[in-house]
Amino acid sequence: MTIIMVILLIFLVICAVAVSINKNLLNSILIFMSYSLVMSVVWIIIESPDLAITEAAVGAGVTSLLFFLTLKKIQKISPDSDLPDEEEDHE
Amino acid sequence: MSRKREEKEYQKSFPYRFSRWLKGEEDPFIGRLEMKPQVPRESPERHFDPSDYEDIKRRSRDHAHNKRWQGYGKLYQVSSVFICTALIALLVYAVSYLPPVGETGNPANNEVPERYITKGLEETGAVNIVTGMILNYRAFDTFGESTVLFVATGCVMLILMTGKSRGKRGTAEEGTGNGMAERTSITDTGDSMSEKISAEASGKRGILAEGSRSRRTEAGIQISVGTVGIETGNRVSMGIETGNQISKEIETGEPKTEETVGTDPILQVIAKLVCPAVFLFGIYVILNGHLSPGGGFSGGAIIGAGLILYTNAYGFEKTERFFTKKTYTGISVSALSFYCLAKSYSFFTGANHMENMIPNGTPGAIISSGLILPLNICVGLVVSCTIYAFYALFRKGGL
Repeated sequence: MTIIMVILLIFLVICAVAVSINKNLLNSILIFMSYSLVMSVVWIIIESPDLAITEAAVGAGVTSLLFFLTLKKIQKISPDSDLPDEEEDHE
Repeated sequence: MSRKREEKEYQKSFPYRFSRWLKGEEDPFIGRLEMKPQVPRESPERHFDPSDYEDIKRRSRDHAHNKRWQGYGKLYQVSSVFICTALIALLVYAVSYLPPVGETGNPANNEVPERYITKGLEETGAVNIVTGMILNYRAFDTFGESTVLFVATGCVMLILMTGKSRGKRGTAEEGTGNGMAERTSITDTGDSMSEKISAEASGKRGILAEGSRSRRTEAGIQISVGTVGIETGNRVSMGIETGNQISKEIETGEPKTEETVGTDPILQVIAKLVCPAVFLFGIYVILNGHLSPGGGFSGGAIIGAGLILYTNAYGFEKTERFFTKKTYTGISVSALSFYCLAKSYSFFTGANHMENMIPNGTPGAIISSGLILPLNICVGLVVSCTIYAFYALFRKGGL
């Protein structure tokens, strides 16, 4: 159990660093989602299932959805191009 | 003793003129003021040349030749690294002084958790001690949290609500053109920009694409492109902003993606299978909050996520049949006020919050533990409504 816990915690640290380093906002949100999912597993391991349910529903589900919507609103996600972060130079 | 005035003197006085003006017999300004006929004021148009704009933009972002920019950039990098390192060092230093988790001698193990653990079941009647804590011992905290959610929705409404109702838009577009019905799904986005496009496109449609009756999406995009052309051609002076935005709009393809919402068959089939299970699980989590892990907040979040899935699959038309702004206001306000009334009885009974008027019942039964079950339902309602309201407000700028 300890080994699993250590692996999960290392994954958490990697995710947290990757969210801030990543240049692509969409990828950042996806990594953040996986962070929340792993965090909910960690909550179960340290015996707080209440928090695990809430983390899975809010952290991995709703918050990421709101982030996606915000990105769409500020037009950083476009279905056609693969580079959502490009500058607004097109006329 | 009153003095009788002469008629002529009275006619010069203010009350006489005022009464005549009031009755409409005479305009006090005609004949007394010098007047000029009004000249229609020229609208102050900014004369932007697009090449000027590009030049300014290019020069202001020229990193290589801007010494100040470079200096500030270096300063920014160095200071950010310094501040981050200092903060991390401080936090790690503080954490190293914390006692290890789970020790018996920790300061957190005082009489409060002891009371919660030993007497919690007896006093609150909730098998799940966490729910017993947050909805009985700490019920006022939870009330504050629910109110925060309500206030947050109010703030999002203030910022994002566009205030354009769907019915008004529909009638306005019906008036403008024939064959506009096929474009309603594009204009249902709620996005003000795409609305603008569709309005302009509908205005120009008669000129541009009278004969062409192609498919839905193609028609929309064609009209928009043509409109941009005419816009920039006719009014170059103000064409910078609108042209920029419209072209960006077309490049991102906003109307096209919005149109596909509610028509994806894969998503619809999956949602048909999953949605009832999600809703049932949410209701189960809420109702079993005092028996099993979970509670109002978790269950409400699950139900809210289910509502979002349903909306994504079937579109806003389906959800608007049962969830409107009126529904949101009614549910949230009634749930919060019930919570408030149910938990403020202690103010009227001598501020002894621990004493329960409602019997606790047998621990483990669904209907037990006094007020915790109704309070859980209240919190769940507020949370689920809030989450769906956030989604709807972010998505279309209205409920």
